[in-house]
Amino acid sequence: MSDTIDTNRAPASQTGHVIPPVEDGGMIGSRVTLTIDGQEVKVPLGTTILEAAKKVGIRIPTLCAHPDLCEAGLCRICLVEVEGMRTLQASCAYPVHSPLKIHTHTRKVRQARRHIIDLMLSKHYGECYACGRNNNCELQALAKEYGVDFFRFGHPDKPLFAKDESSHSVIRDMNKCVLCRRCVRTCIDLQEVGVLEAIGRGDQTRIETFMDKPLADVVCINCGQCINRCPTGALRANDPTDEVWAAIDDPKKHVVIQTAPAPRAAIGECFGLEPGNPLTFELNTAMRLCGFDKVFDTNFTADLTIFEEGAELLMRLQDALKTKKGPVFLPQFTSCSPGWVKYLEHFYPEYIPNLSSAKSPQQMFGAVIKTYYAQLNGLDPKDIVTVALMPCSAKKFECNRPEMVDSGFKDVDYGLTTRELAKMIQEAGIDLPNMAKSDFDSPFGSATGSGVIFGTTGGVMEAALRTVIELVVGIKVENLFDHADIIPLRGMDGVKYVELTIPSVGEVPAILKPLFESWDFLKGVTVKVAVAHGTANAHKVMEDLKNGGPLSQCHFIEFMGCPGGCIGGGGQPIPTSQAIREARSKAIYAEDSAYPIRKSHENPAVLELYGKFLTEGPCSHKSHKLLHTHYTPRGKYIAE
Amino acid sequence: MLVTEQERLKSDIGTWLQRFGNDRAALIPVLQEIQKKYARVSEYGMQVLADQLGIHPVEVYSVVSFYSFLDHRPQGKFVIRLCRTISCDMQGKARVAQQLESDLGITFGETTPDGKFSLEWANCLGMCDQGPAVLVNDIIYTRVTPATVHDILETCRKTFGVYALESSHEEGHA
Amino acid sequence: MITPNHKAPLTFATIEPDVGLRAAMAKPRADLIAEITASQLKGRGGAGFPTGVKWNLAAAAQADVKYVICNADEGEPGTFKDRVILTDHADLVFEGMTIGGYAVGSKTGILYLRGEYTYLRPHLDAVLAARRKKGLLGVNVAGKQGFEFDIEIRMGSGAYICGEETALIESLEGCRGEPRNRPPFPVDTGLNGKPSIVNNVETFAWATCILVKGSAWFKAIGTQRSTGLKIFSVSGDCKLPGIYEFPMGITVNKMLEAVGGADAKAVQIGGASGHCVPASEFGRAIAFEDVSTGGSIIVFGHQRDMLAVAKNFLEFFVEESCGQCTPCRDGNPKLLEGVEMLEHGRCSMRYLNELSSLGETMQVASKCGLGQSAPNAFLSIIKHFKDEVMGRTQGAAH
Repeated sequence: MSDTIDTNRAPASQTGHVIPPVEDGGMIGSRVTLTIDGQEVKVPLGTTILEAAKKVGIRIPTLCAHPDLCEAGLCRICLVEVEGMRTLQASCAYPVHSPLKIHTHTRKVRQARRHIIDLMLSKHYGECYACGRNNNCELQALAKEYGVDFFRFGHPDKPLFAKDESSHSVIRDMNKCVLCRRCVRTCIDLQEVGVLEAIGRGDQTRIETFMDKPLADVVCINCGQCINRCPTGALRANDPTDEVWAAIDDPKKHVVIQTAPAPRAAIGECFGLEPGNPLTFELNTAMRLCGFDKVFDTNFTADLTIFEEGAELLMRLQDALKTKKGPVFLPQFTSCSPGWVKYLEHFYPEYIPNLSSAKSPQQMFGAVIKTYYAQLNGLDPKDIVTVALMPCSAKKFECNRPEMVDSGFKDVDYGLTTRELAKMIQEAGIDLPNMAKSDFDSPFGSATGSGVIFGTTGGVMEAALRTVIELVVGIKVENLFDHADIIPLRGMDGVKYVELTIPSVGEVPAILKPLFESWDFLKGVTVKVAVAHGTANAHKVMEDLKNGGPLSQCHFIEFMGCPGGCIGGGGQPIPTSQAIREARSKAIYAEDSAYPIRKSHENPAVLELYGKFLTEGPCSHKSHKLLHTHYTPRGKYIAE
Repeated sequence: MLVTEQERLKSDIGTWLQRFGNDRAALIPVLQEIQKKYARVSEYGMQVLADQLGIHPVEVYSVVSFYSFLDHRPQGKFVIRLCRTISCDMQGKARVAQQLESDLGITFGETTPDGKFSLEWANCLGMCDQGPAVLVNDIIYTRVTPATVHDILETCRKTFGVYALESSHEEGHA
Repeated sequence: MITPNHKAPLTFATIEPDVGLRAAMAKPRADLIAEITASQLKGRGGAGFPTGVKWNLAAAAQADVKYVICNADEGEPGTFKDRVILTDHADLVFEGMTIGGYAVGSKTGILYLRGEYTYLRPHLDAVLAARRKKGLLGVNVAGKQGFEFDIEIRMGSGAYICGEETALIESLEGCRGEPRNRPPFPVDTGLNGKPSIVNNVETFAWATCILVKGSAWFKAIGTQRSTGLKIFSVSGDCKLPGIYEFPMGITVNKMLEAVGGADAKAVQIGGASGHCVPASEFGRAIAFEDVSTGGSIIVFGHQRDMLAVAKNFLEFFVEESCGQCTPCRDGNPKLLEGVEMLEHGRCSMRYLNELSSLGETMQVASKCGLGQSAPNAFLSIIKHFKDEVMGRTQGAAH
């Protein structure tokens, strides 16, 4: 499915030429033997020198190369000397087709690398100790590796560019840019959003938006994937930690934090742990030590989302299959990824009616805290500060959307990224990995495994299907899928597709009685669902929909703005790669299977909320007011 | 930009895309036509063109900003480009430059307030044996001296007037 | 309006039209390429890649579509011979492209003409139209059954880098003119990913001549490693600037004599990307094995300030670098800064050595030929005129 439409539109000069490696079929000539620093290595034809060197444990420094992006060969850090060639070759972009003798650290190579680093530093404004990427900066690491102890070609003493701080999510400081164009390749090729490109030429070359406009005024979807791939501090998230500290320090404020599953699975990486070591319960202790008054699990509202979004889907299906009234917009799209939502608003505004009106878990939680929770605890909502720990830079934009004030206040005050909370914890001198474990605070408690898997691609759909199957069919989902694991929805394929025929229907549960008389309209229906992650894949799906392709027959599609879903979010620890995302995803599924309750509709706290507060049930008047929202058709044209 | 002019630009882009083929390879030829007829590639034009070609506006901007003969800022009716490369330099480019600035009342990189002349530097115009060379739109002048600068500008000015303006709009269709 | 300057009689003027084309058509493709290979014709744009080898590689490549691209993006400072060839001998060039199309099995020829030469466009369109009318382009070219070939003209838009073949291809594809990684080479993966031969205007014209006069004739001229004749664009401090034709391997001295520049102080051979040869080295040969050039010869008289020359070239590269790779984009401004320091007598020998070493890095570390050759002029001027450029008194301009 994922290869139905080819949308690989990287700028051609940066795509380079990808020669698919010829696998060793035993054929003579499909492999070639290289000598790298005296070591022989046999590799398939078309393997780059860089990859071949890796195989024999030879490290060649890189900068513009990134495992998620097409080759560029433009920073020239990875140069090596090839015997018989006058010039040095960029190992990341040199596919081998004949036996070569390669030297990776001759005098010529070392001198060239040192010069390149010196040239970059000569235009790199700022001091390392005053930079968010201090100790996690690839330029800094290179400078150290090559023994830079003075600025051979000078160093700027004043900024050459103004910072662009217009966006709630992403801040651009081109004074730190080394023009590796990873952000360009991320934005155009990986995400197909197309906000950043190289502008001008020669010494005037710079990375810019369309007509140098502020990021807030262009089609940026705030996904922050560029931040994750920037080697320096040129791109970073809009950091509200100072405001959060101020709220914590203010005795009048009741500061609560909700944490999403993806950051919990990744934050250990900021403390030196390998990817895939979740610290969910250690984090609770650490956040309390930081001074947060309450720590809540966003999964509570993830489960709530399943109710609201699930009921909405069933209503759409009822309208389409039974009452046949009015226009019905199917497939329904998930709306929990704010990057995806803004992508749709810009590029496919005509599909806004397909977007679930349910708010994202973050925003539902904000609204619930400043109403239900405030009521329950006798707090004045104006004194409550809600903070959300998210893997995401777009969540910062989302909580600042003007319509997100349904509690009567700004529902979520601050969105923190994984990196930012890690910084706060470090600032407080807390050794996170060695904290004692502690639970989430009531009344929202610990959520379900379904809520946890929201953090990875396919998770929302899996959670939704677990619940829909049980509520509609009336049988245990385990009868259909071992351990309730819906494997076809998992994994890193760009677009996943699953069909499920409803064999029989059960009784409508009490909570949904106000909306449905019976499930008869679903009997024998084959439910078709799809999952896409990363907006490039979303683009594929949307084009297929527009062209009436197979995916247009779907009933429900999960979209995540970031590759891998939330675990690959723009607020996650740097670096990122497919392997890192897979490790985080594995941790998420492991956590899911460890939960005693794994289905959203069995979450006792959610059922209690419906029993005590949203008494009319999902998709009722009150839930609509607090838990649902509307969208803004933005279009892609930008006014002059 | 006036709505009517936007509509005209949009329809022109459609025509040119038909002529040059509706794919990315048509990008630069169409940009050249836009530049020729409208003396600039406007923001709106870049977005329309991007939309038609299925690429991002920032990619069009990136291309426009790369090539010296494409510009998003309004250019004069006559773009005067003086060769700044070594051979012309040795043959008295500096004094011609001085005279051009004096006669036009602008410096290099600027456009006269009446929108008639833009003054730009050019790299080697390929007239090295008979410099200094000046390119006025598509017309080349060689062995330019400070004294002949005035004649060149007068030749341009002679094409002004109601009739000249009318016909200049048609150039794009030629 | 373009006052003709000195123009030596060119071999091109003696070639009867379409004889070469018909001779080519009479041969099997392999023999035709063998003829070009035997002549040892090397690319006349400056890089000097053997044309026969290039054609052979493209001919051997398996593909449904192939392209023949004529590089008329003549932007090297001091070069204007392609303009003259296209003005006076366009037929020979188109003929050469057609021969190339036949040789490699291509139907499509593209002439990439620099935007600065837009005024040549009507003339070239007319030549192409006449050729179509005569059946020399289109289907069954020159009566050769089944051989279809036509040529379209595409305009550049003011970017020197588009003279680099992969940048030119990028530009044709509607992109920034940014050179690609090599390998793969255009003969394998060129325009639209198809095998493409990119040759200079003059190269195509010589290919035609070789078909008319034979490879033996061509090979007999010049040196062993640089065969044949070469068109030169001569400018600067000499009595007779203009267009010349000399055998490859001519010494700088001999050329200076011919152009009336015998008392020169230095000669820039190969334009901004070439080398500055001081009077003491005028015995050197202009050939691929010695001082190579795409045809640009700029003569400097004794009154010239060589530092100003270096500055002019570096300003050129600072602006014309595509801005893609670090050594070229950021290296050229550093060299220019160094020249400005020298202008004011404010550059230490230690820093000058540092810059020279940076220049050497640029020569080996840049992504394409532009960046690799950008420091040449600077390095050769610093090397040969150290005495002249060092120790200037503040602000003094010579």
